[in-house]
Amino acid sequence: MSKPRMFLLVPIDANTVIAGAREVKNRFSLEIGKRGLAGEAKVIETGSFGPADAGVVVAVQPDGVVYGRLAPDDVPRIVEEHLVKGRPYVERILPGEKPPPPPESEDARHTQLHGRVVLDNCGRIDPDSIEEYIANDGYFALGQALTAMTPAQVIEEVKASGLRGRGGAGFPTGLKWSFCAPVKAREKYVICNADEGEPGTFKDRLIMEGDPHKVLEGMAICAYAIGATRGYVYIRGEYAISIERMQRAIDAARAKGLLGRNIFGRGFNFDIEIRKGAGAYVCGEETALIESMEGKRGLPRLKPPFPAQSGFRGMPTNVNNVETLANVPAIIRRGAAWFKSLGTAGTPGTKVYTILGHINRPGLIEVPAGVTLREIIEEYGGGMQSGSFHMAQLGGTAGDILGREMLDVPLDYDALQKVGHSLGSGAILIMNESVNVRDFLHACLKFFHHESCGRCGPCRNGLHVLRDITGRLKDGKAYKDDPGLMQEVALALKSSAFCPLGQSPAAPIMSAWRYFKDDILSGVDSNAARPRMARSLRADLSAAI
Amino acid sequence: MKNLDELRKIRDEVRKGLELRSGTHRAKIVVGMGTCGIAAGARDTMKALMDALEKAGVSDVAVTATGCAGFCEREPLVDVEITGQAPVRYGKVDVAAASRIVKEHVLGGKKVESLVFG
Ligand SMILES: Cc1cc2nc3c(=O)[nH]c(=O)nc-3n(C[C@H](O)[C@H](O)[C@H](O)COP(=O)(O)O)c2cc1C
Ligand code: SF4
Repeated sequence: MSKPRMFLLVPIDANTVIAGAREVKNRFSLEIGKRGLAGEAKVIETGSFGPADAGVVVAVQPDGVVYGRLAPDDVPRIVEEHLVKGRPYVERILPGEKPPPPPESEDARHTQLHGRVVLDNCGRIDPDSIEEYIANDGYFALGQALTAMTPAQVIEEVKASGLRGRGGAGFPTGLKWSFCAPVKAREKYVICNADEGEPGTFKDRLIMEGDPHKVLEGMAICAYAIGATRGYVYIRGEYAISIERMQRAIDAARAKGLLGRNIFGRGFNFDIEIRKGAGAYVCGEETALIESMEGKRGLPRLKPPFPAQSGFRGMPTNVNNVETLANVPAIIRRGAAWFKSLGTAGTPGTKVYTILGHINRPGLIEVPAGVTLREIIEEYGGGMQSGSFHMAQLGGTAGDILGREMLDVPLDYDALQKVGHSLGSGAILIMNESVNVRDFLHACLKFFHHESCGRCGPCRNGLHVLRDITGRLKDGKAYKDDPGLMQEVALALKSSAFCPLGQSPAAPIMSAWRYFKDDILSGVDSNAARPRMARSLRADLSAAI
Repeated sequence: MKNLDELRKIRDEVRKGLELRSGTHRAKIVVGMGTCGIAAGARDTMKALMDALEKAGVSDVAVTATGCAGFCEREPLVDVEITGQAPVRYGKVDVAAASRIVKEHVLGGKKVESLVFG
């Protein structure tokens, strides 16, 4: 039988599945069979290659046509018109989308993919095929590290690359590894943090769904560098497709001897297991995550000791985010100098974002670090969908709210810090004037209040107070001193909460105050008087803190 | 996995099969598959083209279909577009002609003058 001449790439991820991607895919197989095209056209599951909010997406190759918003009943038309007669079915073509380009050389691939490092395979390869990952230079970095580099050299390379943690805090990755490497212990661990609880962030899910082997390879390289023998991927339980694909990837890597004993004949042993999280936001914090892995309630631990000294089961443990680890293979394969040539001096490389809100093309993007918010909206987001830009929240609910003034600041860790902001987890929510900052702040505070683990007083009680104040502001019934009290409590939490969860509500609150002071003050009702009981709350609170 | 050579072998092997899927091709063969083309035997022509490519072990040539070009009585029509060259149209391409076109034109680089549509 001859090889197929047409390929239908169907991104199957949590978003497209809800839109009915499985039904559409099955219908394609059925219709293709009916028309006797089974040998000619092949349907392949991939991960997302970018578009979100476009329903079910299918790319037809080699024609380079991308369809969107497909329903099963569109399928017979497409098979008849496009596959049989060679005429693309224009009514369902997604404008402005290009299907992912070919393997070829790594350089060509990099340019054609507009400099994608982390997502270079997403939407192009079958995530369930380890062979396709290998065909795109997969596992060569691990091979190179094991056969030609010492663990210390691997750490040096990652340090020199300037890679910073993509989980939110931006801590230098090579430096983190160098803390764990020299610690002597019976066993050490690598944990991949795939809890991704930050509202609006789903980049890690799409990385795992689209290219699971890249994450595994990054973990194995990290393990070799720090001397770990076991790895864990902590994935939130709702991420069903990520869990399935990561598990199949682990099984395939084991079968090929890329996990297990004596990898590349170098005496290096390493294996990976998946642990499911139960969906508490605080369990994304690395020490709460470790507690949860040990079967305990997910409460943050006191630091120090840091996980590098004493982490999972009291052993030295290195925790990195999914995207951080997915950057590692390319750094080893292509070198630190190459990586530094991308992005900015303070934040080399690229950044993966999920862009959402009132823009024309929401979805998953990977851009050089340092592009501005304006560029993201105009060039990647296809411009504002309606209205004009009012505000953005950078990095999920724990992130800063930015006003128009910040549209042209480069999005890199250092540049943002200079203007008093931080980059956060990789969610960018773009809002037009239809969103009132008071409504928005209250929604953020309801989230924090709900997710506080209750371990420490400031956060447990303070978030209660903040939720109520923002609720009053939202309703236009706030007391005169509420805006001041809101800031005071937020700052008190920032300096006294036990873990960053309680510290971070100050970010949206203080930044909202900075840009939208008048909007917030308009939520005050000058006739409202604080009831006697509540008036003493402030005194109580200062005493408690 | 014993060593990098083993990995390299898998990579090079699998890569061949992936070229077409990603939209790169050295050449494109377009078969007229309107009602007229199909009635004239375009499906067999298409099969013959694909078999010939497969037999030659070629994986970077795309084969696609198109509709009626308005020359129904000359179907099956086949266009060969080698990247960087002007496309060549052939008429009345039966199974035997199809394998000649692949062998002489697509692989050999020389037009099959006797079959050219004109
Ligand atoms: C409340 C809270 C939630 C967090 N959630 C996540 C998360 O979902 N994913 C993640 O990678 N890091 C999360 N972090 C950060 C982790 O504690 C840790 O810094 C990170 O996993 C380190 O990886 P990196 O150095 O590669 O960024 C969270 C932190 C806090 C305080
Ligand atoms: S700050 Fe909040 S989430 Fe963190 S330990 Fe205290 S109560 Fe728990």
